[in-house]
Amino acid sequence: MPKKTGAAVLSAVIPGLGQIYNRQWLKGLTFLLTGMAWFYFMIHGLTGHLRGLITLGELPSRMVKVGKMTRMVEGDHSIFMMINGLMALLALLLYCGFYLLNIRDAFMVGAARARQEPIRSFGQSLKYMGRRHFAYLVLAIPLTAIVFLTILPLVFSVLLAFTNYADPILPPANLVDWVGFGNFKKMLSLDVWSSTFVGILTWTLCWAVIATVTTYIGGVLVAVLIHQPRVRFKKLWRTLLIVPFAIPNMISLLVMRNMFNNQFGPVNKYLGMIGLNGLPWLTDPFWAKVTVILANMWIGIPVTMILAFGVLTTIPRDLYEAAEVDGAGSAHKFRMITLPMVLFATAPILIMQFAGNINSFNVIYLMTNGEPVNPHYQYAGDTDLLVTWLYKLALNQSQYSFASVIGIIIFLLVATFSIWSYRRTRSYKEEDMIT
Amino acid sequence: MNRKPEEAAKTIGSYALLILLSFISLFPAIWIVMSSFKTGNSLFSDTLIPHKLTLVHYQELFEQTKYLQWFLNTLKVAALSTLIGTSLLLLASYAISRYRFAGRKSMLTAFLVLQMFPGFMAMIAIYVLLNTLGLLNSHWALVLVYSSGSIITNVFVAKGFFDTIPKSLEDAARIDGASHMKVFLSIMMPLSKPMLTYASLMIFNGCFVDFIFADLILRTEEKRTLAVGLFRMVNQSNSTEFTLFAAGAVLVALPVTLLFIFLQRFLIEGLTAGAMKG
Repeated sequence: MPKKTGAAVLSAVIPGLGQIYNRQWLKGLTFLLTGMAWFYFMIHGLTGHLRGLITLGELPSRMVKVGKMTRMVEGDHSIFMMINGLMALLALLLYCGFYLLNIRDAFMVGAARARQEPIRSFGQSLKYMGRRHFAYLVLAIPLTAIVFLTILPLVFSVLLAFTNYADPILPPANLVDWVGFGNFKKMLSLDVWSSTFVGILTWTLCWAVIATVTTYIGGVLVAVLIHQPRVRFKKLWRTLLIVPFAIPNMISLLVMRNMFNNQFGPVNKYLGMIGLNGLPWLTDPFWAKVTVILANMWIGIPVTMILAFGVLTTIPRDLYEAAEVDGAGSAHKFRMITLPMVLFATAPILIMQFAGNINSFNVIYLMTNGEPVNPHYQYAGDTDLLVTWLYKLALNQSQYSFASVIGIIIFLLVATFSIWSYRRTRSYKEEDMIT
Repeated sequence: MNRKPEEAAKTIGSYALLILLSFISLFPAIWIVMSSFKTGNSLFSDTLIPHKLTLVHYQELFEQTKYLQWFLNTLKVAALSTLIGTSLLLLASYAISRYRFAGRKSMLTAFLVLQMFPGFMAMIAIYVLLNTLGLLNSHWALVLVYSSGSIITNVFVAKGFFDTIPKSLEDAARIDGASHMKVFLSIMMPLSKPMLTYASLMIFNGCFVDFIFADLILRTEEKRTLAVGLFRMVNQSNSTEFTLFAAGAVLVALPVTLLFIFLQRFLIEGLTAGAMKG
């Protein structure tokens, strides 16, 4: 048997054995110990945890007679079992990676030996790794952080969508079970849920369209206004108009919510002073929607303005001069030169902003908190977006599984638009506006 | 020459519009600053500039609430998160931008996909985890979540920045025998200052204003951050503390706003860089 196959087979049987066969003693020993340690954990616990992930607990809390007394005995805690099971799964994946690398390493070194090349010592191997695989070493820490603090929680929340973990089934008193697509079916077929879902989904999409379009058009117009040759002190205007973007939006939104207060807010008081009746800014379903859109314009326009400003400075002047020679007015110049150029450069952002607006939590939560409450909705109000509904379901109502279903739906929405926009930018990149 | 008056009218119109827009954009800020100097605690005054100015709300803020404590908490959380988050971001984006390794493409796709989940879906899971493990009310939970979250949100901008640094710089250093670490520390780090400024400002600001997750995690008044404290102050429906809130808001928003305006250039660069790569 050639050396490379032999070493690979030995490593496949017991990790590290192939390395020892290759006369890399220290490396082989390290691999051997790692493999053995893993085998130990596999027997003690790992399989149990993995089984727990599948069953989510078998023994509920129950009353047990001990002598003459009845005592509460704690049963399995489904959520702990799920977390531990996920960790075990992660460990299993890591081990699989290690196992494959171990075989590959044995194979490569075996092949090198067959070619009569010198074998690296342990120290040399480490050095070689640092040189050759520097990227992996550098990435190790950030990736660990992402895996444990972002991916693991996300997987956990996605899994919750397929369980019945919702008030009143809360561990440790009850056991949680897998229900497959049951929650999705309920969301679509059960009347209380589906009417809320359809209503909120419709508003979310309307909101995303209106919010994107208003801030975009507003931002471009403001940028064009400042960019006119006749306007002086451009920097001053830009700085003044950037202020809404610079103020932390958590503060400005709370302030705006007070400004639009129906009874005490200055907006209605000032309207009253000039003899107009105030509007029910935050308590009427329709006006509440108008108010959040206005607030969003105030916050969002500066962002588009900055972007549009960047584009405007790159448009060559001679384009305008040529248009003037042909007798074009300013409206015509705007429509034929400025708008297409700006649109061309910012179209990808437009779609990304749309996707982002589906998730604009702060504006809704801080301005209206989703209110006014809609009596026909399940735990939601008229201005609630899917995201704020998700939040309320999870935090206020302990409807974790339904909240996760909403999360997955939001993900699908955003992903669809993002992929679509990505495709479009790719096709865009192949053509050039100015040749 | 009959175009002259028309031109003049357009100029005047443009300025009028700009003044109006500036007024709208500044109004909430002016209003909150004025409210913070106003006597009493009501939302409304019939003039924008109050008749009597007072500093009493600022004094109350430090005497009656735990504002100073909140401020220190926020600084601690924000400083730690910025430090850890920026270093992690730097490492990740540098490796992804400059090296070609197996799994790079799929890693980028994974980051893209992770960005599409609603931000706090993971937060709620973390809340459930911390809750079941009894680890709520700790600043470290915030720091860890903020710093790891900042990698994913900023990695594309940072990578785009590194992509623009010419490869020849590195190659020259390599020929002189510099190691990977040396190239990273003595060439890439100094060059990435604008990006670092942008990223750390973003992370720092994020920690300063986030109240959703902080509100979930921090249970006691002593542990609260500024955003949570202020949010609680004004969010109660029967809140009568509006002017107090105004004073607190001014103290938080002023430094952040000035910092933003001061660093405008970096922000604009970052925004446009992120957008072009988007």
